[in-house]
Amino acid sequence: MESTVNNLKKNRAFLCLECGKCTAVCPISSYNNSFSPRRMIAEGLFYGTDNLINDRLLWSCLTCQLCSQRCPVDVRFSEMMRDYRAEAYDAGMWGNPSHGGVLHYIMEIGSSPNLKQKRTEWIEKDLRVKQKGDVLYFVGCLPYYQDFFAKDLDFSPNSIAIDTVKILNYLHIEPVVLNNERCCGHDLYWLGQLEKFDELARLNLDMIAESGAKTVVTACPECALSLKKLYSERLGGFDFEVKHITEMVYENIGKFRFKNLDITAAFQDPCRLGRYMGVYDQPRESLRSIPGVELKEMAHSRRGAICCGTTNWMNCDTTSRMIQQSRINEAAKTGADTLITSCPKCQIHFRCTARDTEEGDSDKTELKFTDFVNFIASALVEG
Amino acid sequence: MPTKTAAKKQTKKPKTKDFVPNIVAFACNWCSYAGADNAGVNRLQHNPNFRIIRTMCSGRVTPGFVIKALKLGADGVLVSGCHFGDCHYIFGNYRAVEQFEKTKALVKTLGLDEKRVRLEWVSAAEGPRWAELMNEFVEQITQLGPSPLGNNERH
Repeated sequence: MESTVNNLKKNRAFLCLECGKCTAVCPISSYNNSFSPRRMIAEGLFYGTDNLINDRLLWSCLTCQLCSQRCPVDVRFSEMMRDYRAEAYDAGMWGNPSHGGVLHYIMEIGSSPNLKQKRTEWIEKDLRVKQKGDVLYFVGCLPYYQDFFAKDLDFSPNSIAIDTVKILNYLHIEPVVLNNERCCGHDLYWLGQLEKFDELARLNLDMIAESGAKTVVTACPECALSLKKLYSERLGGFDFEVKHITEMVYENIGKFRFKNLDITAAFQDPCRLGRYMGVYDQPRESLRSIPGVELKEMAHSRRGAICCGTTNWMNCDTTSRMIQQSRINEAAKTGADTLITSCPKCQIHFRCTARDTEEGDSDKTELKFTDFVNFIASALVEG
Repeated sequence: MPTKTAAKKQTKKPKTKDFVPNIVAFACNWCSYAGADNAGVNRLQHNPNFRIIRTMCSGRVTPGFVIKALKLGADGVLVSGCHFGDCHYIFGNYRAVEQFEKTKALVKTLGLDEKRVRLEWVSAAEGPRWAELMNEFVEQITQLGPSPLGNNERH
């Protein structure tokens, strides 16, 4: 009971006005009316967590923070979900993990100190990387995604890593790449497995400290959020700077020479990059500086951008599919031929949904999906 | 059933010196499980260091199954199904191959020896083949030594 009161207090639930704006904007609630942030807050306040932690829908929240953004009194709903989930996890509950939970198991395996991974096989000969240095490239889960998704979804997650190193090399930066890097733990954090998250964080922080890096660059918004905010929130501050690749490209935009691309594109704001870290303009300005690229805005964009439909590899269902499809339709409606995102997971989710539509379906899309770094790298002129 | 003997013998955790491997074997209901049963019925002597998990089809064994077994400390994982053309569901074992390719790639990236996972075909009539296979696999894993994930907490 005491922990419930603490959770509610900590996440400002007592301030709830029951205005219902959270439920009105929630992407899950739009397609599944049994899920309602307002109801979940009220239920916590009136009846405690007993029912909530047994609720399967507890694991459906995308923690995309669209609700917190609209909330007039700043109830921290996503964080409240994390705390409820921690309680539920301790009580032996779990959601329905996608892909048989394989990605969660990989994250947990990462916390084993004896692990000696082979994560750097994607590094081609013409890429320049170092063992120790000022700039570290934190690759994230891309090599695992390569093994698991590449064949089914017909794209190469490792190409994101390759192109990130290419971009850094273009800026005359030779990044450090860790062969034994662990998952950043982002998903475990939001699923309430905080102890495992701390273990992963410690292992990663030790490796980063050992490399002597002063700047950590990552091409994944979730890694960026973990390294920038969540690690320091859980384990105290440290002395390196974290940059998402979109910020890095934007800061050095004058140093790139681009060729003409003649592409109409739309940009999907990943929720971690946008609402969590406030990075909206950097990717857009970077893309606009490529000649011939016309950037369109979707009906929901920037602060109001809608999530790609699934987070933490959890509870992917028809609701997720409908969110993804509506997002693809929104992008197609702008007249764009390419949907650019800067989160590998967004791309995986969109590709998965797009793959399942068939020729002749009204939802069938000709839209191409690509990552920000792949797009930038494809426009670079050598030298 | 060989599994019962295995469970009894494995109550104590072996020291690294006299390492006895823990192996998880996923066997399909129609061929390999019956094959293992056949080995038992024929009273064939073989290494008992494995636990069988029966699945309806080897195609059902996704990377999640195998990676979870490894996470929980299994030293080796065997996936076994019907021979090509014999699958009860016609194409299930072709799916098993697809899934196993992913599993193997993940195991490699995680830095575990690829030899810790294995995909084999054993028919319901191949009791002796099952016995031989288990002897061989246990020997293979014994040579590799304990899994680096062996000390992970168990759920």
